[in-house]
Amino acid sequence: MKEYVLKRILSLIPILFIVSLVVFFIIHITPGDPAYVMLGDTATEEQVEELRGQLGLDRPIYEQYFIWIGGIVTGNLGYSYFMDMSVTTALLEHLSPTAALALLAEILAICIGIPFGILAAKKKGSYLDQSLMGFSLLGISIPSFLLALLLILLISVQLQWLPVAGYAPISEGIGMHLKYLILPAISLGVMQAALIARMTRSSMLDVLNENYIKTALSKGAKNRSIVYKHALRNAFLPILTVIGQTFGVLVTGAAVVETVFNIPGLGQLIINSIERRDYSTIQGVILFITFSYVIINLLIDLIYGIIDPRVRLSQK
Amino acid sequence: MGDHNFLKVENLSTHFKTERGKVTAVEGITFDLREGEILGIVGESGCGKSVTSQSILRLFDEKHLASHGGRILFKGKNLLELSNSEMEDIRGNEISMIFQDPLSSLNPVFTVGQQITEAILLHQKLSRKEAFNQAIEMLKLTGIPAPEKRINEYPHELSGGMRQRVMIAMALACKPSLLIADEPTTALDVTIQAQILELMLDLKKESNMGIIFITHDLGVVAETCTRVAVMYLGQVVEETDIDSLFEKPLHPYTKGLLKSIPKIDGDRNRKLNEVEGTVPSLNNIPKGCRFSTRCKFADEKCRQQMPELESHNDTHKVRCWHYKEILERGDQFATTSN
Repeated sequence: MKEYVLKRILSLIPILFIVSLVVFFIIHITPGDPAYVMLGDTATEEQVEELRGQLGLDRPIYEQYFIWIGGIVTGNLGYSYFMDMSVTTALLEHLSPTAALALLAEILAICIGIPFGILAAKKKGSYLDQSLMGFSLLGISIPSFLLALLLILLISVQLQWLPVAGYAPISEGIGMHLKYLILPAISLGVMQAALIARMTRSSMLDVLNENYIKTALSKGAKNRSIVYKHALRNAFLPILTVIGQTFGVLVTGAAVVETVFNIPGLGQLIINSIERRDYSTIQGVILFITFSYVIINLLIDLIYGIIDPRVRLSQK
Repeated sequence: MGDHNFLKVENLSTHFKTERGKVTAVEGITFDLREGEILGIVGESGCGKSVTSQSILRLFDEKHLASHGGRILFKGKNLLELSNSEMEDIRGNEISMIFQDPLSSLNPVFTVGQQITEAILLHQKLSRKEAFNQAIEMLKLTGIPAPEKRINEYPHELSGGMRQRVMIAMALACKPSLLIADEPTTALDVTIQAQILELMLDLKKESNMGIIFITHDLGVVAETCTRVAVMYLGQVVEETDIDSLFEKPLHPYTKGLLKSIPKIDGDRNRKLNEVEGTVPSLNNIPKGCRFSTRCKFADEKCRQQMPELESHNDTHKVRCWHYKEILERGDQFATTSN
């Protein structure tokens, strides 16, 4: 197992290197001189030169890369002139709403998706199965912003149970925190729940047809233990893959829902930065998001190894 | 020899619900087994051997998939009338089963020890530790070297022969009085096959359990079984003791099967004997005798009416309209009947 963990971690290095290259070159791929773009049409030649010097744009490109990467390794993602603070600080400020939202949405998705998937698999072909799968198709098809608007209209405007928009940090109390997060989390989580439910159903159906399920039955195992112990653990690998993917999507793709609910998260930060052409912030946020995606997938890989002994072996 | 009421299968039928309607997989299955006896069930692939064996333990999903008819009397109780939880108490405890492919029949994410221990804990009031020790004992009994080490390994870390030993250890952990072995040696190398067969016979001697041995290998039947039921297309067509099966087979299908065994001193240039034709599909079952489409003795009566399993003598039953004539006149009957 140790060997497996080490190998998985080492395999991240080339991925992160490539990611850093891509993110770094964003600034050079965009047409025009970044300094020009940042300063606008009215800037004088001297002002541009000065900013180029400050940004290090007058140095050779490889040197710029190493300076940038050196900063990242030490936790310095650069400086945002627009916000007049370091990118790291801005990132950390906007991180907690997004992280809380993603986590809540994922918990909702798992708590709905897996039981519904199992239920549908157990009652395959029944009306229950068909309606669950129908709902999940609906869940996948409906865009999160539309669901968000419908929820606001019904729950916040008509029934007035929950606030329309905004965000309360956890320091204002967990109840307050959840009150603002629950609708955005539902709008984000429904699609993921649907994906997880569909994967759980098909994976469970595959596994329930396996010979070892018959063996468990022939041993006298109870139905409950067959489904939850013998089948679910085997069916869990593909489900876990989907959970990993959906979590990545939640971290990266919350931007739309954050905008609808006016939550000061990473999505808002990146959208604002793009509008302002705040390159160092864009770079920093994208790098961070990619990094978290990679780390989430690493964690998923490690959990594979815990769940299925064969994964450990085949990776040797 | 033993109790007459140990296992009596009477006119068992198993039907499956499919998208194209109800399909009858096996029908008119009748045989009995006494304590300590080994009954072989033989027949070609797809003749319903495995369905029969799994029907005895009611392993099919009866809510959505399968329905049964007839009776399965085990120690006087009709298994088909028992509740689910009563069946759970019998499975793995009084009746156990070994399957064909030990790799796919063992759960890949649990250690061998966890799987055997589970079987023990399901039926015996023991602590986890005691059950674990008993599992080691069972592995030792099946001749696995270094059982204390093997017990913590996963199925994929074991060889095929060892996996089947694990299956046997698991099946016998609660000392069942009936073991159903569904082609236990088919997926194994020939040398391992012999070892596993020997092991099963040894373990049987000690416990006097009854065994239903499902196989398509008549050689294995000859070595192990005391009685045999021959199946064709979901029906038992002949049932008798092992000696009369090989010396005096009555059903044309049984004769064909026996002839199709290649002999070591046979003429190598001659074509191997086979039973002509192929098994019809379950959707297209012949109206009369099911073997009539492949039988050289078949006449109009055979094609129109299904024969019953009738007793030739106390120990020999056969399902054929003309077995007496064939017995008297042999192959000549074929020419006159057509």
